[in-house]
Amino acid sequence: MTVNIPKVTHTTQSIKAKKQSAVVTFFSNLLRSWTGMVGFLIMILLLFISIFGQWIVPYDPLLADFGKKLLPPMTDGHLLGTDQLGRDIFSRIILGARVSVIIGLTTVLIAGTFGTIVGIISGYFRGWVDVILMRIVDVQLSFPFILLVLVINAIIGSGLRNIIISLAIGGWVIFARVIRSEVLALREKEFITACVATGVTRIGILFKHILPNLFTPIIILSSLQIGTYIIAEASVSFLGFGVQPPEPAWGNMLNEGKDYIFSSWWLITFPGIAIMITALGVNLFGDWLRDTLDPELKGE
Amino acid sequence: MKNEVLLTVKNLKKYYEISQGMFKEKIVVRAVDDVNFTVMRGETFALVGESGCGKSTTGRTILRLVEPTAGEVIFKGTNLASLPYEQMRSLRKQMQMVFQDPYASLNPKKTILQILMEPLKVHNKFDKKERLRKIIAMLKIVGLSEYHLDRYPHEFSGGQRQRIGIARAVILQPDFIIADEPVSALDVSVQSQVINLMLELQKEFGLTYLFISHDLSVIQHMTDRVAVMYLGKIVEVADTEDLFRNPKHPYTQALLSAVPVAHPKEEKKRIILKGDVPSPANPPSGCAFHPRCPFALEICKTKMPEPTTFEKGHTANCHLYIKNEEEIEYVTSYS
Amino acid sequence: MSDKVLQVNDLRIRFRNGKETSQPIRGVNFHVKKGETLGIVGESGCGKSVTSLSVMGLLPIKTSEIVSGEILFNNRDISRLKEKEYRKLRGNEISMIFQEPMTSLNPVFTIGEQLSEPLRQHKKMSKSEIRNNIIAVLKQVGLPRAEQIIDEYPHQLSGGMRQRVMISLALLCHPKLMIADEPTTALDVTIQAQILELLKEIKVKNEMSLMLITHDLSVVAEMCDRVVVMYAGEVVEEAEVNELFDRPLHPYTQGLMKSLPSNNERKSKLFSIDGQVPKPSEIGEGCVFANRCPFAFEKCFAETPPAFNRGKHISKCWLQDPAVKEVMQNEERSIVNS
Repeated sequence: MTVNIPKVTHTTQSIKAKKQSAVVTFFSNLLRSWTGMVGFLIMILLLFISIFGQWIVPYDPLLADFGKKLLPPMTDGHLLGTDQLGRDIFSRIILGARVSVIIGLTTVLIAGTFGTIVGIISGYFRGWVDVILMRIVDVQLSFPFILLVLVINAIIGSGLRNIIISLAIGGWVIFARVIRSEVLALREKEFITACVATGVTRIGILFKHILPNLFTPIIILSSLQIGTYIIAEASVSFLGFGVQPPEPAWGNMLNEGKDYIFSSWWLITFPGIAIMITALGVNLFGDWLRDTLDPELKGE
Repeated sequence: MKNEVLLTVKNLKKYYEISQGMFKEKIVVRAVDDVNFTVMRGETFALVGESGCGKSTTGRTILRLVEPTAGEVIFKGTNLASLPYEQMRSLRKQMQMVFQDPYASLNPKKTILQILMEPLKVHNKFDKKERLRKIIAMLKIVGLSEYHLDRYPHEFSGGQRQRIGIARAVILQPDFIIADEPVSALDVSVQSQVINLMLELQKEFGLTYLFISHDLSVIQHMTDRVAVMYLGKIVEVADTEDLFRNPKHPYTQALLSAVPVAHPKEEKKRIILKGDVPSPANPPSGCAFHPRCPFALEICKTKMPEPTTFEKGHTANCHLYIKNEEEIEYVTSYS
Repeated sequence: MSDKVLQVNDLRIRFRNGKETSQPIRGVNFHVKKGETLGIVGESGCGKSVTSLSVMGLLPIKTSEIVSGEILFNNRDISRLKEKEYRKLRGNEISMIFQEPMTSLNPVFTIGEQLSEPLRQHKKMSKSEIRNNIIAVLKQVGLPRAEQIIDEYPHQLSGGMRQRVMISLALLCHPKLMIADEPTTALDVTIQAQILELLKEIKVKNEMSLMLITHDLSVVAEMCDRVVVMYAGEVVEEAEVNELFDRPLHPYTQGLMKSLPSNNERKSKLFSIDGQVPKPSEIGEGCVFANRCPFAFEKCFAETPPAFNRGKHISKCWLQDPAVKEVMQNEERSIVNS
């Protein structure tokens, strides 16, 4: 017995033409949005100087030269001037970028992984596990993020490693919450029901069907959170916790410079601008990512 | 060939409890309330009814996509309702489902190959090479080609996606398929293509369908027997031709008469029902249809009707057909 | 010509999405006469909804553009009206009911508050007049307990009742033309029968014209006086309803009718139109239906057919070209002779 096969139309050919590699699609989408492009370029620049910073700095950022202290910008070959110890501000900002990038990326990795795992467990298994985990999250969310980070930092001490730990402890709850709600929504999707009907195991559904659909929200949330962490680190360092001098970080540069705000404005202005540009870039890129990836979430 | 019982549903119930707050009483929604029917091997059995009547929940409860509250689902002699998880999972290769919405029922992140490979993998059927051959053969049967293997669902039209959904259900060569409104989301011209495909597959693989739909013309065309549902209960069961020619239950009569005409010159006598379907959380007493029924009797308000059997297994749950010596009072209980 | 309430002439609409543009409406012509019900039939993506939105002036301003053509409402071109002028028309002289009665009502306002909006916009009435008017209209659409329903919220009503409220909203200002976009698609058959009955009734009572947009041929058979069949952004056929069902001329219309299960023998293979509707980007020269048409010949792929009239029955198909007909008859003859 043969089964009659209806003709297949030619629409698929046009699909083939449209089908490009993911990288090409990414960049062609990026080129269409100038905000996304600006954000992307800022992030690339930041990454570049944090990796190659130590070779491109014109001066040793730790070298004090009291003869040249508090030089205004564009004098004596100091592009952005010098601070109260005569250190080159431009060089210190470039090296400070590394701190920001390390903190942003590591924190998001730790907080994101932990938060995602909690979110998945909570959303997929529901029941009392969900209740307990979410109450913990609720309690933590009732404290202001920056206060929590400060308290933890005060307890475990300052330094790069400890600031990362305290930021991660303060930050995982956002991931847990968002991922849980994504999982809850996914669980109810008909293609998950279809998997159950096919006979896929529970673990199989979790790893092969729910997890791949979480990548997009995770990427979007991560990119937005990086900005939050960088600013939080700056705030904590500004308050005297976090990264300790003489190690340059944008936050402690602000802290040191604040005493000179009326006499030597450049001490505090340029690190501030650096923080602003970074946060802006990360957020622009994150927003663009969300806008581009969102429709795909809905299957288009 | 149609003498073997494939599936028996006995007193199936699915109640949902909705919490109203800590100290208030929970509302119980009786989505499926004491449903009984049998499906013979090789036939197409239809569940028809309006939205909220429980036809979809019945289908999902049979497959244990929704856990039943009470009752038995006997498939080839095994009671599915009490089967442990792992045994039920492995039994799923014999019973599959086609969903209504071809956009929602395919994972957007999976290629067609992955979608069709999954059932074969989880039930450990065939070796790797054989699987691919099967998949390509299946795609051809449903009117697609191996050219589509690496495409994602969003690259297809609704009709093509429904073909993929059907291919996924049929690839394990199950005995039984529950099709939940498989053509409702499709355009008329595509709808006929998919109906044809389902009819052809049934012939080719000897499938048994439980066909859930609200579309009476589709039901009339492709099913053998029909059960009409109203508010979680079956009110009438009959052979399709019999049901369309001679509906017994007042609800079925109204339902059939409400179908729009096929030609403008066709004159149709309408029974226009008053009001809307009551909420299953608060169903009327007695016969659930009595507030809308043009023939409601006094007894309908208080007593649930038992099924009356007519010729050829045609049954209807209605007091009108119960030979009762008591006085029958016609009441105009509708507003 | 004054008996035409609405006239749409050679309407073309373009959509922009980033750099890509598409033209879902490519030359649409039809008219609605006073007091008649015009059906617009077509499958999803054929442009029937876009057409109705353009009549209501509801197309998204930023992404869409009427390239050419005119929309005459009572002999006045409304296609290029400003938003402010349109507001005077909308809900007042032209009104519309939508497919989804669940989402077309705002959940935070009572029925009365939502229904008083158009009256406050368009008519000068006191509060009590408004209230009495609303209650009267609610009664007219067959809602029981109108005095109570006016103070209730949408979630307290069922789907059928909400669609009745939507119809009463559309009726409030006694419009000359009502556009109903798939008014019963989301409803159950028994409720659909109620609503269709209601629409017929109020159309006569209010002496208005009805433009009924649907994909369902049986709804058309039930309701309409005249029918326009749309396919891929074009009107392919237009005829009086009995004429259309008796003698559909365009192969697409024929296919649609033949593929209805009720027009096929039980359990038999249904007639079906092969293939799918082309995407707007795939439409080039020739007849839009040519790639799916069982009767297509070379000319269909090369040249777009004009509208051929046979009395009041208009169809856009080369088979209706008198010249083509002659050639085909000759060919037949020669085949028979040889």
